[in-house]
Amino acid sequence: MPLLAVRDLSVTIGPVQPLDRLSFTIDRGEILAVVGESGSGKSLTAMAVMGLLPLIGGKASATELSFAGQDLRSLRDRDWRALRGRRMALITQNPMTSLDPIIPVGRQIDQVSILHLGFDAPRARARSIELMEQLRIPEASAVHGQYPHQLSGGMKQRIVIAMALAADPELIVADEPTTALDVTIQAQIIQIMVEAARARGLALMLITHDMGVVAQAADRVAVLYAGRLVEADRVGPIFGQPRHPYTRDLIACIPREGQAPGTLRGIPGSVPGVFNYPAGCRFHPRCREAQGLCAAEVPPLRQEGPRAVACHFPNGAAHG
Amino acid sequence: MLDYILRRLLFLVPVFFAVSFIIFMIIHLVPGDPIDHILQVGSTAEQRAAFTARYGLDKPLLAQYGIWLTKLAAGDLGEAIILRQPVTDLILQNLPHSLTLGSLALVFSTFVGIAAGAIAALNRNGWTDRSVMTVILFGSTVPSFWLGLLLILLFAVQLEWLPVSGARSAASLVLPVLTVGLGGVALIARVTRAAMLDIARRDFILMLHAKGLSPWRIHLRHVLRHAMLPVVTILGLRIGWILGGAVTIEYVFARPGLGSLLITSLGQRDYPVVQGCLLMLAIAVMLGTLLGDIVQAAMDPRIREGAR
Amino acid sequence: MAANRSVLARTLLTPRGGIAAGFLAVTVACALLSPWIAPYAYDLQNLSQANREPSALHWLGTDEFGRDLLSRIIWGARTSLAVGVTSIAASVICGMTLGAAAGYFGGAFDRAVTAVVDLTWSFPEILIALIFVAIIGPGLNSTAIAIAIGYLAQFTRLTRAQVMALKTETYVEATISLGAGHLYVLFRRILPNALTPVVVAGMLATGDAIILEATLGFFGLGAQPPTPSWGAMMSSGTAQIFIAPWIIIFPGLAIAATVIAINQFGDALIDALDIRGRLREG
Repeated sequence: MPLLAVRDLSVTIGPVQPLDRLSFTIDRGEILAVVGESGSGKSLTAMAVMGLLPLIGGKASATELSFAGQDLRSLRDRDWRALRGRRMALITQNPMTSLDPIIPVGRQIDQVSILHLGFDAPRARARSIELMEQLRIPEASAVHGQYPHQLSGGMKQRIVIAMALAADPELIVADEPTTALDVTIQAQIIQIMVEAARARGLALMLITHDMGVVAQAADRVAVLYAGRLVEADRVGPIFGQPRHPYTRDLIACIPREGQAPGTLRGIPGSVPGVFNYPAGCRFHPRCREAQGLCAAEVPPLRQEGPRAVACHFPNGAAHG
Repeated sequence: MLDYILRRLLFLVPVFFAVSFIIFMIIHLVPGDPIDHILQVGSTAEQRAAFTARYGLDKPLLAQYGIWLTKLAAGDLGEAIILRQPVTDLILQNLPHSLTLGSLALVFSTFVGIAAGAIAALNRNGWTDRSVMTVILFGSTVPSFWLGLLLILLFAVQLEWLPVSGARSAASLVLPVLTVGLGGVALIARVTRAAMLDIARRDFILMLHAKGLSPWRIHLRHVLRHAMLPVVTILGLRIGWILGGAVTIEYVFARPGLGSLLITSLGQRDYPVVQGCLLMLAIAVMLGTLLGDIVQAAMDPRIREGAR
Repeated sequence: MAANRSVLARTLLTPRGGIAAGFLAVTVACALLSPWIAPYAYDLQNLSQANREPSALHWLGTDEFGRDLLSRIIWGARTSLAVGVTSIAASVICGMTLGAAAGYFGGAFDRAVTAVVDLTWSFPEILIALIFVAIIGPGLNSTAIAIAIGYLAQFTRLTRAQVMALKTETYVEATISLGAGHLYVLFRRILPNALTPVVVAGMLATGDAIILEATLGFFGLGAQPPTPSWGAMMSSGTAQIFIAPWIIIFPGLAIAATVIAINQFGDALIDALDIRGRLREG
C-alpha cells in the first residue's frame, strides 16, 4: 500500500480549475519529483496534499486522497492538525519569508516537537540543535537563538528543513525548496534534504521545475503541464526514453557537459494562464509534433506498465 | 537596546532645539514690539527698561534665545500677562489634568482599537466586520469636538447620567476620555484590521498552519503579535494627534488642562502662556514618539539592530 | 482624455461614489449660490425669535439671536469650502514644488527639506495651526494659512516619494540619457505621472481641512462674528445646549456629511484609479 495515494485530484479556486484530475502515489521512503513550469499546478498539489487549500480559498475534489490508509477527504480540522507537522511536513519555496522574522529560528523548530511530541522546552531545544547539526549548520546552539534576518538564505532553508523533520514525519512535501536560493547552494540544499530523507526512510514529494534536480535526487517523476499530468515513470526510463514531447523538451533544457555554446534549447512560448487553456492537448500550441487531432481532443492518460503518458502520438512524429 | 534608545534620544536633541526656537520666535514674529507681548499693559518706562535688560531684548536674536533657554532650564517661562502669575505655575496646575485625560484616552483607544480591529479581521466581510468598520468610519470622520458635544447632549443633558463639564469627579472624565479616545480607536482598529489581514497571508503564517498549530493560536499568538508592529508605529506617530485631540476636548468640556489654557491664552494674546503650553505639548509629542519607537524596538529585533 | 472620462465614470457609477458626488454637488451649489438660495440673510437678527426649534418658518430652527440656522448653514458652506479648498490648494502647490525639487535634485537641499518635513510630521496639524494662529492672530485668513502650513509636510513627503520612485523608471532614465534638460524631465516626464496621487491626497485632506477650520472656528480663533462658519456657530451654541441643541446638531451634521462625502468620493476615486499602493509610499 502506498503511503500517499492521489487519484483524480482536481483543485478549483473560485471560477477556475488550475489542477485537473491529477493522479500519483508515493511509497514509504520514496522520492517523487513533481515537475513542471510555473503555473502548472505543482504548488497547488502540495497545498492540497497538506490540506491547506482552504487558506487560499481553494477546494479539492478527488476520487481518492489517502495517507497511510487514512482518507484525507473526510478529515476534520482537528485531525488535519494532528497530521500536519507531525506525520506530513511542508518545506516552502522561499525561506526568506517562511520564517517568522521576530522569533528566534531555534524556537520555531522547538515549537514543532513541543506541539506534537509533548517535549518540554529544554528537551525540544536539545532536539532542535541535534537536528541542526545533522543538517550541517555550524555552531548550531548559537544559531538557535538568532533571528532569520541574521542568517543566509541557505541557513534559513536548513532551519525550515529542520522544522519539517522535528516531529519525525513520514512524508515531506517540498515545494521548490531551492528556487529562491543562490544557484551555488541549490545542489547542496537538495543533497542535504535527500540525505535526511534517505537516512530516516521518509517519503519526499519534491516539487521542482528543474530536471537537473530530478536527475540528481528522485526515484520517480511526474510531469505536469498546465494543470494536467502528462507523463510519469521512474527516473531512469523517463530520461532514457521520454515519450511525451513536453518531457523531451524539458530534458533538452538541461545543459550538458561539452555542449557547444548556443545550442542549449528552450521551449518556445509559455505556459498558458488558467483562464485561457487551449482545447485538446494543452501543450499542442507549443508542441513541435502537434497534429490536427491534438487541438481537437484531450489525450487520455494511458498506463503502459509503470509508464503513464497523455499524448496522442507518444512515439513522436520522428519516431513513428 | 540601550544603544538604540540613546540613538533615538540623540536624534531628539536637534528636534527639541528646532521646535523650541520656533516657539521662542512667536513673540518676535507677532507684529509690534515684543516687549508689549511679554509685559503687562500699563507698565512704566523703568519697568520696560528693567525687563529689556533682564531678557536681553536689546541683544541679537540668538543671544535672546540663549537667555530664554537658560531660564527655561531653570523652570522659568516668564510671567502670564493676564493671569499675573508665573507661567510655570500655571502649567504645573494644568498639566496633571491633561496627563490624566491624555493617558486614559491613549489606553482606551489602544485596547478598544486593537480589540475592535481584531474582531473585524477575524470576521472578515461578515456582519460584525461591517458594523464595526461603519462605526469606525463615522468616528474618524466627524469633528471630535462635535462628537463631544453630542455625547454631552445624550449622556449629560438628556439622560443626566454624567456631568456636563468640569473636572471635579471621576465621572467627569468618562465623556472626555470617550471623545478623545474614539478618534484613536478608529485609527488603531483600522490599522489592526489591515495589518492582521495582511499578515495572515504571509508565508510564515502558512508555515504555522503547516506545522499543525490551531487557527486560534495562530491568530492570537502570531498574527496579532505581528499586527502590533504597525499599530505601535502608528501609535508612536499619532500620539501627538491623540494629545491634539485632548487639547480640543478639554475646551469642549470646560476642563482645566494645557489645551484649555492654550486656547484661552491664544484668545487673550497672552503670549508667554501660549509659548509655555506649546512647548509642553511639543515635548509631550516628542516623548510620545520616543516611547513608540522604544516599544517597537522591544518587539522587533530587526529595528533594534537597525536592520530595517 | 478618454481615459480620464472613464475613470470619472467608474467612480460615479459605484453606489458610494455616486451618492458622495451627488451630496458634494449639493454642498458646492450651496456655497456658490448661497445669496440666492438661503431663505434669510445670514446676519438677520430677530431677538423675539431666538432659540426657536425647527418649524415651517425656520426649517432648522434659530440661534440665540433669532438668526435662521438653515441660512447660516448654507452660507457656512461657502466659508468652509473656500477655506478648505484654497488652503489645501496652496499647500498642494507648495508641497509639490518642494517635494519635487527635493526628490529630483537630492543632495543637501533634499536633506534639509526631509529634516523639516520629518520634524513637522510628528506634530498634529492642529498644534501647527495653533502656533501659526498665535503668530498671525485669529481670523479666517490666518486659519487658511495655518491649515496650508499644517498640511505642507504631507504633500511634500508624498510628492518626494513619487518623484524618487519615478526618477529610476526606465523611460525617465531614457529621456535623461537622450540629453533632455532637468526642467523638461521634471515637468514633462515626472510630474504628470506624480500628479494623480498627490491631487487625490489633496482632495482627501480637504475634508480634514474643513474639520480643522471648524475646530479653529469653534475655539473662536477662526471666522469672526458675524461671518457664518459651521465651527463658530457651534461655539456660540454651547451656551444654549440645554435649551436649543439644534444649534449644535445641524452645523455638525453638515460638517460630518461633507467630510464623509469627500472621503467616500476620494476612496472611490482611489479604487477607480487603482493608486492605493502609491498613496502609501508617502
